[in-house]
Parts: sequence; C-alpha cells; structure tokens
Amino acid sequence: MVATRYETAFKLYPYEKVAAQAGPVVRHPVVIIGGGPVGLALALDLGRKGTPALVLDDHDGAGLGSKAICFAKRTLDIAHRLGAGRPMVDKGVVWNVGRVFHGEGQVFEFDLLPEDGHRNPGFINLQQPYFERFLVDAIREAQAAGAPTEIRGRNLVTDIETFDDHAILKIDTPDGPYTLEADWVVACDGARSPTRDRMGLSFDGRVFEDNFLIADVKMKADFPTERWFWFQPPFEGAGQSALLHKQPDDIWRIDFQLGWDIDRDAELDPDRIRARVDAMLSSQTGKVPDYELEWTSIYTFQCRRMKTFRHGPVLFAGDAAHQVSPFGARGANSGVQDADNLGWKLDLVCKGKADQSLLDSYATERAFGADENILNSSRATDFMTPKTEISQIFRNAVLDLAGQHAFARPLVNSGRLSVPCVYDDFPHFGPDALNGPARTRPGAACTDAPVENAFLLDHLSDGFMLLALGFDTPPQDALPVVHIAAPSPALAERYLGDAPRALYLIRPDQHIIARWPDYHANAVTIAMQNALGKAAR
Amino acid sequence: MSLVLTPNIPDPDGFYDELLAAHEGLDKAQSDALNARLILLLANHLGDRDTLRAALDAARRAAT
Repeated sequence: MVATRYETAFKLYPYEKVAAQAGPVVRHPVVIIGGGPVGLALALDLGRKGTPALVLDDHDGAGLGSKAICFAKRTLDIAHRLGAGRPMVDKGVVWNVGRVFHGEGQVFEFDLLPEDGHRNPGFINLQQPYFERFLVDAIREAQAAGAPTEIRGRNLVTDIETFDDHAILKIDTPDGPYTLEADWVVACDGARSPTRDRMGLSFDGRVFEDNFLIADVKMKADFPTERWFWFQPPFEGAGQSALLHKQPDDIWRIDFQLGWDIDRDAELDPDRIRARVDAMLSSQTGKVPDYELEWTSIYTFQCRRMKTFRHGPVLFAGDAAHQVSPFGARGANSGVQDADNLGWKLDLVCKGKADQSLLDSYATERAFGADENILNSSRATDFMTPKTEISQIFRNAVLDLAGQHAFARPLVNSGRLSVPCVYDDFPHFGPDALNGPARTRPGAACTDAPVENAFLLDHLSDGFMLLALGFDTPPQDALPVVHIAAPSPALAERYLGDAPRALYLIRPDQHIIARWPDYHANAVTIAMQNALGKAAR
Repeated sequence: MSLVLTPNIPDPDGFYDELLAAHEGLDKAQSDALNARLILLLANHLGDRDTLRAALDAARRAAT
C-alpha cells in the first residue's frame, strides 16, 4: 500500500511495473531516495556522466504547492551545466531589486546584481514543481541519448539495512513489495527524512518559536517585479513582518509572520487568510484587487543538521541532511549544491577511478556549507524576530537609522540571499600560486564572465579541466584545456587581476582547485592527485 | 587601533552635560532607543572590529 501524502502538480513519472519486482534481487550502483530538486539534479548529473542511477519516489510527480520559489544564480549555473537551465530562466520571473519597509515608510532599496557579464540573473522566482519538471525533462532527454537513469514513481522505501559495502532496500508499490540492493544510497527524502529516522540518526539544532503563513494568490496586478519586505507592516493582522514576491503565472507569494501562540486551524481558515491579504493588497492599491487563493500553508522552522552526511554506503543530501529557515533561499539552493558536489565524486568512485574516501570530502565540504547557511539563516531570523527587549530596541534603531543614513543599511537583515560557500583551506584544494583576485581563489565556484559573444560558463565542461587565460599557445596537457588568448576586461578583472596570464585547474562541479601564473605539467598533476584524494598515499 | 581607556574627551563635564541633555524629556523607551542609535552611530564611526570587540569586552567587565 503506497499512501498518497499530497496531491501532485505534475505527473512526471507514473507508476509502471518493472521485471525486478518479480525476479531475483537486482544490485544497483546508485539508488536515490526522493525525486525532489536534489535527487533529480543528482540523477541527471550521474546519468550524463554514464553512471546508472535509480530514483525512487513514493509519488508520481512534483507535489502541489509552490514551496521553494527562489532559485539563486549558483543553482542556475549548475542547471546550465546539466542542460536544464534555459527553460528555468525562460519560465522564471527575474528580479534583482528589493525594497525594505518599516511600518508605512520605505527604509531603502537594493539591487542584487549590480554587475554585468553573467549568463544567469541573480535570482529567479519559479515554483518548485516547475523546477522539478524541467529537471525531469532534462533526464528524459539524457535517457533518449543513452543515459542509464531510471525513475520509479510510487515506489515507497519501507526499510533499509546497511552493510559495509552495500545496502538492502525494501520497497512497496501498488503491486506489492520487492527488494533491491545498492552499492550506494543517497537519501534526498526531505527534512523529515524517513531514511534518517530508520537509521536512528540524530538531527539536532535550534527551533525558532514562530509561525509563518504563506498565501500564494493569483491576480493580475501591476506591482513591480521586486521583493518587498515589511518590518512591522502597517496593514492589519500582518504580524511582525510580511513579504510580497512575484512568481510566474500571475502568482504572488505573500508571507505573514504570525508569532508562536496561534491556533493553526483557525489561521488557515480561508476567510481569515483573505482578510489579511485584503488588508495588505489594499494598502498598496487603495482597493482590494480580484484574486484567488492558490495555495496556503503555515510553517515553523528549525536550523539543524546531521553530524555527518555520510554513513557507510548511505549519503544524505538536501533537507534530509540540513535544514534552515526560508530567509535567504538557502534550502533548495544549498541542496542543489549538495548534488553538484556529490555527483562527480560518486561517478568516479563507481567507475573505480577514485577511492571511496573521496566521498568523505562530500560530507565535510557540504557540512561546512550547511553551517554557513545555518549561521546566515539564524542571524536573519534573530534580526526579523528579536528574542529579547534589547534586541528589539537595537533592531528598531537599525531600521530608524537606515532610512536616513547609508551606514545602517548593511545591518538590516531580512535574509542574506544564497551564495555558494568557498572551500577555503580544505585539503583537496590548492595551491594558490597566482596573486589573483579573491573571488576566484581556490575553493570558490567559477564566477561567470563574458567571453566573445557568450559567457565563460558556456566554455566550461562538467569534467576536470584547465582554464588558460592570456597564453599565446595553450598548454598541451592530458586534461582538456579551455584556452582564451585575449580575455575580455571583465574576465581579466575576475580571473587575472594584475597578472598577464593565469592557469586555473577546475573540478567537474566548477569549483576552482588551484591556480598558477604559468603552466608546469608536474604542478597540475600533483594538484589533480590531491583533488582526488590520492596525494596522501 | 587599540581601545583608548585613558581620558580622551576635552571638557568632560561639558560632554556629560550634553549626553544627559540629549535624553531630556524622553521616556524610558525613547531613551533606550536613543542609546541604541547612539551606539550604532559611534560603532560605525570606529569601524575597527578589534576595537569594537575590546569596547564590548570592557563594558561587560565593568559591570558591578
């Protein structure tokens, strides 16, 4: 019996009976539990690299409800690498400008991407079901080209047993149970991860005593495509803060901070929600526009993570491994970065080209990323919902000053929007032999820049590669070389600084391993060995 | 820049007078808000994180 826990927005992988349900137990190289943004991105990456991956999901498509709506540039860059970026950007609502209000008045406005020369915008708003659908479309395209990827809908994992070198999964389907084995299991089964619970693993952190009401409304309104955020909103029943944000299909995300002691059922009464939404919208337009409630939900949140994301043959990714508050859009975005970090490592391990200890670097690197996200998210929450009288006094002092003086604006925190972490001082990176710009130092994700009529991202592959900038003749190395003889001014500013030329060694997830002012084959070999975790032997 | 803990304000009595005068006519909540704004203004003027940390530390230690 596979219960339906929620409605689906799109049926993407309907249940089909497969031979393995009746025959002998089959061993798979990689089984991914959960077909959300993280599991699908990982399956797509592995499939494109030729490593078989089986995705199991207990539903047959993307769940109804917009859920994650804010996808950051780094996620779009990753999706671009995976061949799924364009439909996302085409469908998504591009926004860069945000306004912060305190009561009736605007405190200030900001522009997230004041810099030119990037293929992708700073952010798009896109309902999560679309994000999942575009990933599945890309998987279908890859499958047609021979990618060994399979998605089984309405396949519910009911038990997992782990051994040193594999796991056994019990699965339920509409046609009854079956068993399969996996060399590697990746649990992408969300914040309530049943896999984590089944394995008895802890998930500790901080609970924030607050409730947030989401109301997605459908309306034709000519509010600008900006993020509007109110501290102490002037409209009735809005609570301590409110957010208005546009999504595709004339949907607007409205968010109200309700406080801790509320009656959930009463607050979810559509009439009550409509009264709140009426007050907010009429405060902007002077009248209540026509709208429909599309999706509503009340959520509380925690900031927490697992102690480690690898447990033998089982790896955890996305919300299953770490959870943050929604402020800053660091949930789905960080989960996609997990998939990005894990994909190439798992691929090399499955192909016998790297030792399985490389997977431990997934756990340490992404735990560092999770800690950074949790820190940012906790700080935003502490600013938005002051916990003591004095923190409220300071918060309001910041807002009062920010309206008049620029110095106080950087202190206003309504969420620090997701950017990728830099793996500074991690063992698989370095050396940094170029006295180059800080933003492209080893550990950083490649930042985009214009290259002729396109962008640097279009030239980067999803394997190891060298990027040679300003060399007269490209180095002849065993690795593929992206050679740009005459870098554009923006590319030079971002990758060369004052140096006349530079050589970058880049990982398949497009994080920079090392950089030098010149090419020495031996130095590249040593850095490559180190990146693969082979140096210590 | 290290935190200055020796006398550094010319005409200390005059400054103290101005500090109190700034709070004149304010209730407790208004005074608390003014103090908070003042701290933020002065902190930004200083800017140096080490000095600010030393000031926070000295303020905490001086509590009786």
